[in-house]
Amino acid sequence: MMHIDRSERVFFIASAVLLVVFALAIGISGFVYGIQVPQPFAKVNPVTIADPEKSDFPTFALPAAERIRELAPGRYEVYVLAQMWKFSPGSVNYGEPSIKIPAGSQVTFYFTSRDVQHGLKIVSADGGRHTNVNMMILPGEISRLTATFDEPGTYHMICHEYCGAAHQTMYGVLEVVNQ
Amino acid sequence: MFTNDKLSTDKLAAWNIGVAMVALALGGSMGLFQKLEHAGTNLYNQLNFIGINSYYQGLTLHAVLNALVWTTFFIVGFFTFAIPRSLGRPLKYPQIQIAAFGLMMAGLIMAAIPILMGLANVLYTFYPPMKASPFFYIGLVLVVVGSWVAGYGYYFTYGAWRKENAGQRTPFIALAAIITMVMWQIATLGVAIELLWLVIPWSFGLVAGTDPQLARTFFWFFGHPLVYFWLLPAYISWYAMLPKQAGGKLFSEPLARLVFWLFLVLSIPVGLHHQYVDPGISAGWKVMHAILTYSLFLPSMLTAFTVVASLENAGRARGGTGLLGWVRKLPWGDPSYASQNLAMILFAFGGISGLTNASYNLNLAVHNTIWVPGHFHLTLGSAVTLTFIGISYWLVPKLSGKQLFSRTLGLWQAWTWFIGMLLMSNGLHILGLNFGVPRRSALGFAPYAQEAWNPLLIEALIGGIILTISGLLFYVNIVGTLVSKKKLTAPIEMPVAEALNPEPAPAFLDTWRPWLALTIALIIIAYGPILFDLISNLNMTAPPITIR
Repeated sequence: MMHIDRSERVFFIASAVLLVVFALAIGISGFVYGIQVPQPFAKVNPVTIADPEKSDFPTFALPAAERIRELAPGRYEVYVLAQMWKFSPGSVNYGEPSIKIPAGSQVTFYFTSRDVQHGLKIVSADGGRHTNVNMMILPGEISRLTATFDEPGTYHMICHEYCGAAHQTMYGVLEVVNQ
Repeated sequence: MFTNDKLSTDKLAAWNIGVAMVALALGGSMGLFQKLEHAGTNLYNQLNFIGINSYYQGLTLHAVLNALVWTTFFIVGFFTFAIPRSLGRPLKYPQIQIAAFGLMMAGLIMAAIPILMGLANVLYTFYPPMKASPFFYIGLVLVVVGSWVAGYGYYFTYGAWRKENAGQRTPFIALAAIITMVMWQIATLGVAIELLWLVIPWSFGLVAGTDPQLARTFFWFFGHPLVYFWLLPAYISWYAMLPKQAGGKLFSEPLARLVFWLFLVLSIPVGLHHQYVDPGISAGWKVMHAILTYSLFLPSMLTAFTVVASLENAGRARGGTGLLGWVRKLPWGDPSYASQNLAMILFAFGGISGLTNASYNLNLAVHNTIWVPGHFHLTLGSAVTLTFIGISYWLVPKLSGKQLFSRTLGLWQAWTWFIGMLLMSNGLHILGLNFGVPRRSALGFAPYAQEAWNPLLIEALIGGIILTISGLLFYVNIVGTLVSKKKLTAPIEMPVAEALNPEPAPAFLDTWRPWLALTIALIIIAYGPILFDLISNLNMTAPPITIR
C-alpha cells in the first residue's frame, strides 16, 4: 500500500466524522422533525389539467375559490395552478383574492403547471419568519408539500424558476390570520 | 525532446484560450448589468447595439459564455498545451485537435446567433417545455461533440505513450487531465440524450410533447459533473504546478492520483442533489444521491490538505518558520501565484455553502434562491476562473513569447477579484438565506421586493463593480502583453512539481479498468432504477412554449 502521512490520515478521518455528524443532523431533521422534500404524487396532462371534461385531476378544474379547502378545523388543502405569470388562487396582481388561513393551520399545497416550469418558495413578506415550503412546479407533475403556519402575517409565494419575460412579477399572497 | 519547448499544437492551444478569453470578456461584462438591474438601474437599452434587449437575454449570454464557452475552450486549450509536455511526446494526431476546434467554433457560432437575436432566452439550463430556436440546441451539441473529439486526440496520444513506456507510471498531469476528459465524456451523455431525444425533434415540431421531469434528470446527470469538469483542471494547477511555482514539492503524489480517480467515480452519480425539490423523484433516491454527494466531499477535503501541505513545503523551503510564518514567505508578489492562492481561499467558503446545498432537506432553505449564484460564483467564478486567470499569467507569455505586460496590474487584478467576489457572494448568500430572494430574476421589477433587501443588493452591486474593474485590469494586461514588443528574456517552462516522496504511486492508481468499472457500476446503481421508472412512465405531454 501507499504511504500516507499521519497528519493527513487524521485530517481525513476528522473530515469523515464531520460528514457523519452532518448526515445524522439531516436524518434527525427529516425523520424526527418531519422536514421532508416533495415526493412523486401524480402525473397529469398539463394541456387539459384545467378542463372540467378532460382533466386527469379534476380538482384543478374547479374555480379558484373552491381550490382552497378546509378538511377539518385547522387542516387545509390548497390546489394552485401555476402559469405564466400567475398562481391561481393567490395572484393579487391579477385581481385574485389572497389565500387566507387561520394561524396554527396545517396546509397541504398541491401545485402544478399549465405551461413551462415554475418554482415556489413561500417567504414572509417582511423578512423574519421562515417556511420550509420550496418546490419545483413542472408541467405533467403534481408537487405536494405540507407546512404548518403558526405565526400570523403575510407570506409571499414567489416563483423561483425562470419562466419567461415577466417571471419577476409572478407571485401570490398567503395571509395567515389570527382567529 | 522538443527544441526550445515549442510544439506545433501550441497555436491550437492559443486559439482555444483566445476564444475562451473573448467569451469571458463579453459574458463577464453582462454581470455588471445584472447587478445594476437588481439594484434598480436597468441599462439593457444601452446594449441594443449588440442585440441584447433584456435582463434574461443578457443572463443567457452571461451563463452560456462564462459557464460553457470560457471553461470548455480554456480547458481544451490548457490540456492541448499540458498533456504533450507532461507525457514528453507530441500529440499523436494534431489534425484531431484541429477538427475539435472547428466543431466547437461551429457550435459556438450556431448557438450565439439565436441568443443575440433574442430567439433563445432560455438561460443555460434551457429547461423544456420552454423552447428556443433549434439551432441553439444544435450549437450546444456541436460544442459538446467537439470537446469529445478533443478528448479522442488525447486518448490516442496517451495510448501511444503507454506503448512506448510500458511499465512506467503515467505522469501525474497527463493522467489527471485524461481522467477529467473521460469523466466529461461519460457525463455529457446525459445532456446529449436529453437534447437528441427529448428536445431537438420536439423543437422542430416533429413530436408534440416532451417530458420535463425526465429532461431535467438527464440535464443534471450532466449538470453536476460539469462542475467538476471545470474544477479538476484548476486542481491540476494547484496540485502539480503551483507548488513548483512557489518553490516546493507535491506533498503526497499518490493521494493526488487517488483524488482524481475518486472524482471520476463520484462526480456523476450525484446529480439528483440538484433535484431535491422535484416532484417526480422519490425521497429514497434523493437520499442516496445526498450520501454520494457527501462522499464526494472527501476528495475535496484531501485536496485541501495536500495542496496546503505542498504550499507549506514551499514556504518552509523559502525560509518560513513557525506555525504560520511560512504563509508570508510564499511568492505573493507573483500574480500567477497570488490569484490562485486567493482562488483557493474563496473556494473554502464556496465549499461550505455547497455542502449546505447538498444537504437534502436543508436545501429547502436555499434551493433556487440567490444564495445559489452566491455559492457558484465562489466555485466556478473564483476557484475555477481566478485559477485560470492565474494560469494565464504564465501561459499567455509562454504562448506569445512576450513578457507579461505588468505584474503590478496582475496583483491588483487578483486582489480586486478577491474583494469584489467576497462582497458580492456575501450579499447574495444572505439575501437567499434570510429573505428567500429568488435567483435568476429581474428583481428591479419584482412587485414582492422588500426594502430590507436594498443594503445587500447594493453590497452585491459594489462587489460587481469591483469585479468589473478586476476584469478590465486582466484584459489590459493580456492585450498589453500581446501587443508589447518585449520578448521573453528567459524561456518559460510548464511548471511541474516533483513529488516530495520519490517512491512511485502504487500500480492500482495507474490502472483504468477497475476505476471505470466502479464508475459505471455506481452510475447504474444510482441512476438505473430512477431512469427506468421515469422512462417506463414517460409523460410526453408538454407542448413547446416559445419564449421571447
